Amino acid sequence: MKLLTHNMMKSHCKGVVNGFPLKLSSTQVELKEVEFNADFITRMLERLEWGALVDAAGQLGVADGLPEMAPSSGKEEEDEEDVLRKIHHVLLEVEITEGELECPETGRKFPIKNGIPDMRLNEDE
Amino acid sequence: MKRKQLESLLEDVDRFSNPKISLEQYPTDPHLAANVLYTIQSGYGDIEGRSIVELGAGCGILSIGCVMLGAEHVTALELDCDAIEDLTENLTEFEIENVDVVQCDITSPSPSFREHSFDTAIMNPPFGTKNNEGIDMEFLDRALSLCRGAVYSFHKTTTRDYITRRMEGKGYHVAVLAEMKFSIPQMYKMHRQREVLVAVDFIRVSRDPT
Repeated sequence: MKLLTHNMMKSHCKGVVNGFPLKLSSTQVELKEVEFNADFITRMLERLEWGALVDAAGQLGVADGLPEMAPSSGKEEEDEEDVLRKIHHVLLEVEITEGELECPETGRKFPIKNGIPDMRLNEDE
Repeated sequence: MKRKQLESLLEDVDRFSNPKISLEQYPTDPHLAANVLYTIQSGYGDIEGRSIVELGAGCGILSIGCVMLGAEHVTALELDCDAIEDLTENLTEFEIENVDVVQCDITSPSPSFREHSFDTAIMNPPFGTKNNEGIDMEFLDRALSLCRGAVYSFHKTTTRDYITRRMEGKGYHVAVLAEMKFSIPQMYKMHRQREVLVAVDFIRVSRDPT
């Protein structure tokens, strides 16, 4: 599971008001090389929840070089491509293979096995 | 990539090892998959460079096809453990790195994703023929909530008018891109004939007029 996906996911437990972001505890992470596409990363910026991304990246130890605030599109910056490449790395090249997602309100845990989070709930949840 | 090339590659996607009748699991034909994916990309540019969500991915033939046509990232949603195993094996065989699989129930009351997280949604949903009537509409509604662009899906031709009215009532546009017959092979003992032919529409539901 990539951090891009984690940034889009939320808890769907019954009665939860704000299930985002899911707390991430990871036991295993793999780095994989993925081709960089500046346009795609730029387009994704405005739909990311930046704080959650920085937190999750920090937990996995890959937050070095990530700006604290989301880069604003349209502003021409000298090291813009470097920043985009760093964001690309964090979003698409960090694979969480084993771990847990946790609902921030109920504490309900969702396991991640072999890179796949299991979001199934029981009927009463 | 040419359509024929895509079809030939998709022929190597392994089918369900343990299909379940209650989930209406049958593989999407590679020829059909190649045709529809090619249409989505060449007609609308909705695959290349996009983030895609596939609802009810099964063995993953549509997700894999999207990657081959240049999707930037695909999220494959699937409920069944056996199908997920098949899907994972296929992803490994094709050496695909940019598909994330999430195990979840599309029909759960609320989704596991923030609204409109993805660009395009693609699916071959269950039709609601196995004590699960209405499931095709649930898949369609969920797909629209998950993506911000167009939804591409298959639905029984007999439901065309209902779907069109319902979607247009919510402000969407529906285009029937193709009509076809699905040949559902005798994968299950209960099928008396060797094949069942079902009239099916391949549709595009979008927020903008096409």
